[in-house]
Amino acid sequence: MSDAALKLSSVSKLFESHGRVIKALDDVSFEIQAGKVTGLIGPDGAGKTTLMRLISGLLVPASGAIEVVGIDVISDPLAVQSQLGYMPQRFGLYDDLTVQQNLDLYADLQNIAYKDRQPRFDQLMNMTGMSPFTKRLAGNLSGGMKQKLGLACTLLRSPKLLILDEPTVGVDPVSRRELWEIIYQQVSQVGMSVLLSTAYMDEAERCDEVVLLHEGKLLMQGKPKDLSQPLSGRTFHISVEGVRHRTLQQVLSNAPDVLDALIEGEGVRVVMEQVVDAKAIVLPQVLTQETHGTVSIDPVKPRFEDAFIARLKTKSTITQQTTIAPLSVSSSADKAVISVDNLTRTFGEFIAVNKISFNVKKGEVFGLLGANGAGKSTAFRMLCGLLPVSSGKVSVAGLDLRVAAADARRRIGYMAQKFSLYSDLSVTQNLNFFSSAYGLSGKQQKQRLAWAITTFELENYKNTNAGNLPLGYKQRLSFAAALMHEPEILFLDEPTSGVDPLARREFWERTNHLAEMGVTILVTTHFMDEANYCDHLVIMEAGRILAAGTPLDMKNLARNDEQPDPSMEDAFIYLLNSNDQKHQAVIA
Amino acid sequence: MNIAQIIALAKKEFLALLRDSRSRMVLIAPPIFQMLIFGFAASYDINNVPIAVYNQDQGVASREYISKLNGSPNFEITTIIAKNAEIAPLINNREVLLVVNIEPNFSDHIAQGSSGGIQVILDGRNSNTASIAMNYLATLSIAFNQKWNEDHGITGTNVALSGRYWFNENLQSRWFIIPGILGMLILVVTLLVTALSVAREREAGTFDQLLVTPMRPVEILIGKAIPGIVVGIIEATIILVVIVQLFEIPLRGDIGALYLGIVLFLLSATGVGLMISAISVTQQQAILGAFLFLVPAVILSGFSTPIANMPEVIQWLTYLNPLRYFLIIVRGVFLEGNSYGLLIDQYWPMLIISIVSLMFSGWLFKHRMY
Repeated sequence: MSDAALKLSSVSKLFESHGRVIKALDDVSFEIQAGKVTGLIGPDGAGKTTLMRLISGLLVPASGAIEVVGIDVISDPLAVQSQLGYMPQRFGLYDDLTVQQNLDLYADLQNIAYKDRQPRFDQLMNMTGMSPFTKRLAGNLSGGMKQKLGLACTLLRSPKLLILDEPTVGVDPVSRRELWEIIYQQVSQVGMSVLLSTAYMDEAERCDEVVLLHEGKLLMQGKPKDLSQPLSGRTFHISVEGVRHRTLQQVLSNAPDVLDALIEGEGVRVVMEQVVDAKAIVLPQVLTQETHGTVSIDPVKPRFEDAFIARLKTKSTITQQTTIAPLSVSSSADKAVISVDNLTRTFGEFIAVNKISFNVKKGEVFGLLGANGAGKSTAFRMLCGLLPVSSGKVSVAGLDLRVAAADARRRIGYMAQKFSLYSDLSVTQNLNFFSSAYGLSGKQQKQRLAWAITTFELENYKNTNAGNLPLGYKQRLSFAAALMHEPEILFLDEPTSGVDPLARREFWERTNHLAEMGVTILVTTHFMDEANYCDHLVIMEAGRILAAGTPLDMKNLARNDEQPDPSMEDAFIYLLNSNDQKHQAVIA
Repeated sequence: MNIAQIIALAKKEFLALLRDSRSRMVLIAPPIFQMLIFGFAASYDINNVPIAVYNQDQGVASREYISKLNGSPNFEITTIIAKNAEIAPLINNREVLLVVNIEPNFSDHIAQGSSGGIQVILDGRNSNTASIAMNYLATLSIAFNQKWNEDHGITGTNVALSGRYWFNENLQSRWFIIPGILGMLILVVTLLVTALSVAREREAGTFDQLLVTPMRPVEILIGKAIPGIVVGIIEATIILVVIVQLFEIPLRGDIGALYLGIVLFLLSATGVGLMISAISVTQQQAILGAFLFLVPAVILSGFSTPIANMPEVIQWLTYLNPLRYFLIIVRGVFLEGNSYGLLIDQYWPMLIISIVSLMFSGWLFKHRMY
């Protein structure tokens, strides 16, 4: 095929680490068509980034051949690099330079003729909507704007093949849509070919084609629709009146013929092991025995995510004690466990958190949603007592953790945004240390350690250094460390950031289970769809709370004739737009 | 105060230090190598210095003088020159440190009973070495005079100096320098171990995880201080053995008094290290901070130049420097044979430095958090 923008033939790549050889890529062959957007999908550690670096000529494969627009990468990496633009996960913007200076720098590095520069700059800045910000320091841009600037720098020379490594991670939904528009524009106007990796399954669906990688092997390639086609007849939306969606999800995911159960809206979306008729689905007894309301089971269209899950999910072996005691909807004690009142934090001129207030009740999953830089983490750190407040009040279990006695902290568990356990210590040593730090000792400590190892399936990694764990396991270990002392309140800061859909499901399954047992959970996330797991949530933007309520409340706000069934992301965009309008009204 | 938690933290710190083979190497190998290299290299004594002789005299006295130069272990005559013009290039090219220029009528003058003139041209670029070499020459000349007078039956000089060097009988500068190196090396190791400890955790994000545990800042502080001190004591012991066994420097005083000094010194180094660590956000900053402290601490400690020679304002500054006190202790115990009583004035300032710096770093743990 002559029109292939990229051609890989049986590419393999090995890495050696601590005496073990790891096959990052194993005999991968595929082609991507010119003028198309191809998505590279796969769980963490599947080899996506390695593949992209190989294509860019930054790594040399152990065997196989790679051709970019007809040029062999291995023999002539420089020629290829002049044809392709590669934007790594963290694009190298210089925070201390302005937007314009960054552009100039990359123009210099890419050797772009002076006379061509200004028109190209103008064009790119217009396209990305960044023209008003050319004098701003790159370090002061929002996450979305940084990505757009990174993309602009990559596009300076208008490459034939554009390679983007997770360009939209942590970017707010509005900026995400804008980034996609820019990408499509490049494809339709210049005929650029694009290969991008993403952790968002809805983005995979926007690609012309997807390539699914898993453990270094190519699993499938095709149009997203074609790939999800085999699943039709296996996907349903189930809701039971009077049963909380979380409980429902937990019961269903443990049911024998259900492959996957995911909270969606007020019900649960399930993928069955086999094609069944909606009427033939038998719900587990717990759900039907009592006098619950009507059960509704509606077939729904399969999505790419279903295909992904169906292909990769080996039925979860987390046999949780299915003690579904609190089936009743009573929202337990109405006492606020966490209360935040007019909380403000400033860093110099910059207001990171601007007078936010909310209450979290016992046994609730409370979500703090927002894009990177919205102020979630700052608010979160103040709640945990890690950062002094500028003004306002915070109380956790009736205490301000910043001044409260150390023992008060025994009641909370904290999982930080990025993996923050000791990389040089083994799994067991980490767990031992954190349990000791929380005052566990002797028999109790041994019991909890055994519990953590079995519950989180860490047996095989007991003596592995935490730093060498696969990403999903790192997250499990962090979660386990935060739970060693059985806290009543759990703070989870972006627990699912950078984690693939499989690990995210597993994580939420565990979190739900904890909530069912009465643990109060405060969680931040930039995945809008995860809002569905929360009982209550607030959406933050630029330090302020845009809206607060239940996920349904939020979606109802955005519900109209055009959008009869808005997603959480639609709701967020709606809120953001109406906020802008309000803002403009105030200025006018 | 929860002892179990502190022990758990200290244990974790040790594991973090020792599990990584690179950091393990850094802790053990360099200090010992440095001790050996510095111990042999660092000396003010000059031996076998290349010199040139320009003898314009050719008489008996001058030949005898040159044979004295030849016999000295300090000098080695590498060049004999025959004309004035040869002097400058030799010095300029650093081929010789000095040129001994004996005047034409040297032997005649001496024979007549008056003084023979010798001009010495020295390379003054390193003033210290030059003046030491000049001193050696002066000593050699006095000895020459005495010998000459004795041999020729002249009773000349009325005042005869005979020096006795106390504490360092052979006046070996190594005896002065090597105990100082002990102080310098354990300061470097302990400062780096502690300065990196919090910064490393801050960089990895684990410090937050630590702060949300029920551990109090003071407990974290103690847990973090223990490894630095233990590593420092072990290292000090190894270095002490090397000093006594290999360099044969007499340990005359009370070893207990020395160890008390070591502990207090390490405690204050730990305090400073943790303070740097609490201020730094990254490990790079911590290392820079540690060196920002180390260099002046060594220079303003009396390690190589006496504190008494410094301007008064700077002398006041040295009171903040724990190395200053420790050097007095380590030299005192080694050479003077001092014990607790004489060293008490060195102990308490280090204790105060420790307490203040540790308290301040504990405060910083809580207040410097973003």
